[in-house]
Amino acid sequence: MVPLSYYLVLSGILFACGVTGFLIKRNIITIFMSIELMLNGVNLSFVAFAAQWGKLSGQIFVFFVMVVAAAEAAVGLAIIIAVYRTRETLNVDQVNLLKL
Amino acid sequence: MLHLTIFLIFGAVCVAGAVNLLVQRHPINSALSLIVVMASLAVEYLLLGAEFVAAVQVIIYAGAIMVLFVFVIMLLNAGEEERTKGSRVAMIFGIPGMLVGSGLVAWVLLERSGTHAVEAGALPGPPKTIAWLLFHEFLLPFEVTSVLVLIAIMGAVVLAGHSDSGGPAKKEG
Amino acid sequence: MLSVGTFVLISIIKIVIALIVLLTAVAYTVWLERKVVGHIQNRWGPTRVGPFGLLQPLADGVKFIFKEDLTSPHVYRPLYIAAPMISLIFALTSIAVIPVGNWVTVGGIHTPLQITDVNMGLLIVLGITSMGVYGVALAGWSSNSKYSLLGGLRASAQMVSYEVSLGLSLIGVLIMAGSFSLRDIVDAQGGAYWHVIPRWNIFQGQIFAFFIYLTAAFAETNRIPFDLPEAETELVAGYHTEYSAMKFAMFFMAEYANMITVACLASLLFLGGWHGPLFGPAWLQAILPLFWFALRIFGFLFVYIWVRGTLPRFRYDQLMAFGWKVLLPLAIANLMITGLIVALKS
Repeated sequence: MVPLSYYLVLSGILFACGVTGFLIKRNIITIFMSIELMLNGVNLSFVAFAAQWGKLSGQIFVFFVMVVAAAEAAVGLAIIIAVYRTRETLNVDQVNLLKL
Repeated sequence: MLHLTIFLIFGAVCVAGAVNLLVQRHPINSALSLIVVMASLAVEYLLLGAEFVAAVQVIIYAGAIMVLFVFVIMLLNAGEEERTKGSRVAMIFGIPGMLVGSGLVAWVLLERSGTHAVEAGALPGPPKTIAWLLFHEFLLPFEVTSVLVLIAIMGAVVLAGHSDSGGPAKKEG
Repeated sequence: MLSVGTFVLISIIKIVIALIVLLTAVAYTVWLERKVVGHIQNRWGPTRVGPFGLLQPLADGVKFIFKEDLTSPHVYRPLYIAAPMISLIFALTSIAVIPVGNWVTVGGIHTPLQITDVNMGLLIVLGITSMGVYGVALAGWSSNSKYSLLGGLRASAQMVSYEVSLGLSLIGVLIMAGSFSLRDIVDAQGGAYWHVIPRWNIFQGQIFAFFIYLTAAFAETNRIPFDLPEAETELVAGYHTEYSAMKFAMFFMAEYANMITVACLASLLFLGGWHGPLFGPAWLQAILPLFWFALRIFGFLFVYIWVRGTLPRFRYDQLMAFGWKVLLPLAIANLMITGLIVALKS
């Protein structure tokens, strides 16, 4: 028996780590991975709440989150490749011009 | 008791992986720690009874999305990230902010949310039930996400495709 | 119900037996491959060590252990060491959910011939094999050499692309059986039409799915004609260029263990698993299912080797175009037709 709040605390910690990574990281790929970490934290709370209320809709939502994450990863990584081709850097601080 | 032990072990692995993602400077190490986080989250889903979600988590997240990340890191041969002024400011304010924020959330959840406990395998999510829900109640969102994926595929091809290969050309600025 | 102690003991015994059998099978698949390819190319293959060269795997193993383990100075050490282990661990783990026969009763204990019977069996195998790609990709990246990097890039792109067709080709079977459990899928294929044609899935209209699976599986295991990641004529040895001794042997074992897993899945999903004619006394009837299952795996491995001895290698753009433009539409068409037929029948 694990209290529901433990799952929520774990998901909160993961989300906080994701936010921090988003703020302190300067590599655009790592920033992107921090977003995935946040999505994972949210997924855990979806499943935990689904178990608490006895409704499977929470689990269904996890699938939608995954689909959106997959779509986002495809487009995001394509953008990263395009950025790297034109600027030859992955550091977000150096990607500060709208036009080259 | 066993349930709690497994939860704590994999929860600790999860948090360790997430912290390692922040500490590591090389993106491939961060990617690998994220894979560890995802795999141990799959175990947590199993504890909650969501077996199908756990399997899909491993197949989609760890097996497909993260492979894409590792692939891009290898393709661009990304090196260690350099620390800049911006990242130092973010670190000075971000890390204490995260600690305070997560501590507050943890305190509120532990103190104020009652003691509702979840049994092992509390809500089994067998594939049949999930499929029934997905194709009846959630049919419209399901179709909409399929269109979203299609758009994402086309967007990825347009963005990453070579401009000289005859595809939709990206203006060289 | 079993007590916890008995359960743990039985599980350990099963794991040990499965590992021993799997590793022996891996060693002798290598022997079989060298022998068969030798005969295809009109030479003998190994003949010196033991009768018909049967002790050759043993000699190879000893050689791998005693060889000098070279590590070039420019590699990224932690991942360089971890990569072959990742490959081998994921290749060996997937055998855990594969059933090899019906339930048996030994000494009053009723247990399935399988390390663990889970109802998500097929998804777990897919998940574990999809994790196996990290071993190859990381090996290519951490070796810090251009051949390895190219091999690793090719491998990860190829395995992700063909995994889609592989997964879609299996869904037809899943629709027919209505379950993810490998045991249920095999049970659904028991019996025969008019006592002649067995009700295997390939005789129930899944023959296209079988060939899609076969092709995608060849690509997943990086075998000829899809062995671009280690194409020796262009990439030296691809992702394991920088590896030697036991680390190289681990990649080698992982590749053959993956071949055996793929063969097991093919016989469970398409070829009726352990179903076959039973005759003779009781002890023979108990052993025969295992024999039929092993025979199918052997046949599948033989096809693998036969194809290796026969076909040339694809070009990389051909490989990708084939995966996305031919295999994937075929798999989707098969899925739609199967779904339509099942829906019309019910």
